Amino acid sequence: MDEQVGTDRVKRGMAEMLKGGVIMDVVDAEQAKIAEDAGAVAVMALERVPADIRAQGGVARMSDPEMITGIMEAVSIPVMAKARIGHFGEAQVLQSLGVDYIDESEVLTPADYANHIDKSGFTVPFVCGATNLGEALRRITEGAAMIRSKGEAGTGDVSNAVTHMRKILGEIRRLRSMSEDELFVASKELQAPYNLVVEVARDGKLPVVLFTAGGIATPADAAMMMQLGADGVFVGSGIFKSGDPKSRAEATVSATRNFDKPEMVADASRGLGEAMVGLNVADIPVHHRLEDRGW
Amino acid sequence: MTSTPTIGVLALQGDVREHVWALERAGARARTVRQQDDIAACDGLVIPGGESTTMSRLAAIEGWFEPLRVARAAGMPMFGTCAGMIMLADTVLDARADQETVGGLDVVVRRNAFGRQVDSFEADLSVPTVGDEPFPAVFIRAPWVESVGSEVEILAEITEGKRAGTIVAVQHAGLLATSFHPELGSDVRFHRLFVENVQGSR
Repeated sequence: MDEQVGTDRVKRGMAEMLKGGVIMDVVDAEQAKIAEDAGAVAVMALERVPADIRAQGGVARMSDPEMITGIMEAVSIPVMAKARIGHFGEAQVLQSLGVDYIDESEVLTPADYANHIDKSGFTVPFVCGATNLGEALRRITEGAAMIRSKGEAGTGDVSNAVTHMRKILGEIRRLRSMSEDELFVASKELQAPYNLVVEVARDGKLPVVLFTAGGIATPADAAMMMQLGADGVFVGSGIFKSGDPKSRAEATVSATRNFDKPEMVADASRGLGEAMVGLNVADIPVHHRLEDRGW
Repeated sequence: MTSTPTIGVLALQGDVREHVWALERAGARARTVRQQDDIAACDGLVIPGGESTTMSRLAAIEGWFEPLRVARAAGMPMFGTCAGMIMLADTVLDARADQETVGGLDVVVRRNAFGRQVDSFEADLSVPTVGDEPFPAVFIRAPWVESVGSEVEILAEITEGKRAGTIVAVQHAGLLATSFHPELGSDVRFHRLFVENVQGSR
């Protein structure tokens, strides 16, 4: 009986188990416990949430291993951590710590402006951001086992997450409607491998789980993204930069589960106090937008 | 009785869709169970894989434990995979102190017993109950069965390596449970076994 670790099925399967759930950014063990108590399916351990990275500027890197292992010891749910785009050295460190998932994230400062990490060589699975179907399929080709919309992290402005989800799912619907002999050109246009394009056209979905991320701040945001077709939700700054993180965390979990029941989303939204301070994507200078990182 | 049974998949969180597909391939009429009224429409219930802490917490907040225990006590067959196995176990180790389960299956289950995600694995298991061909099993941050009550039938164990003898599939009195995820592959023999259990119970 051979035991095989790090197979595609094991990596992709892990993300399947997170479906219908909320993954929350946390900066310390205390926040991680609040997230777990609220019903988060996983936490993302990082030193600064995207809103702070945006405010403070500078180079954003992988978090201190001490802080990541502290969070791994504090909770029993899966723990994810972020590596810079293309920074396989950080990814190797995170894998050695035993994190459950690595987010190769545009929220951190990219380490390589041409190449992403070759994720297929790792035992630990990766999630990557995408703004469109071609980008998602290129990440899957490199070994990503889960895709999330990029949105625009640290803003509390959900509009980019909506744009990216509609774009990815719209392009999938378009592929489905094509005849077989049109998929060759579709592959060229999407800049994605032909075999993956055929698979998506046949199945009507990505071969991996698709979450949404980047600007989700309220229960209604989460409910809308689920109705648009997300398998689950990442909330970055939205919870712990708000007035009452515990209540907002519980409310986001409830709204994600009951996304198609407006009265329950309404209940979840009551008396949550202030949402995170918002930043309109349109007011952010183009070169400060995170969505354009990744290629 | 061989008519097509209706089998629900508890849809609090987790890989609900994969179970629906597997059940349909195994000859059942599958449906998701999103609200408590849906339970009564089912002849059997699958509790899917997912994050057991989350599933248990959502079940507690929304008051699912009581109706699920009532259904089980009335003889509804149930099938739990991974987190679902934890939900059916009478006793869970290495869980949060407040983690509640539906219970009914006389086993002690250890949560995340095989380790973290980097330790997750695939292996071919011998499961004579579902046939001679080995079963391709996918273990993801999987629990194992630490001990079983005297009535519980052991369906599969790890047979080699440092974890030889570890129990990973059991059944008793209409309750079927696996540490691994039969729903993640194309082999639906466990789902077929469950469909037969459900047909036999009606």
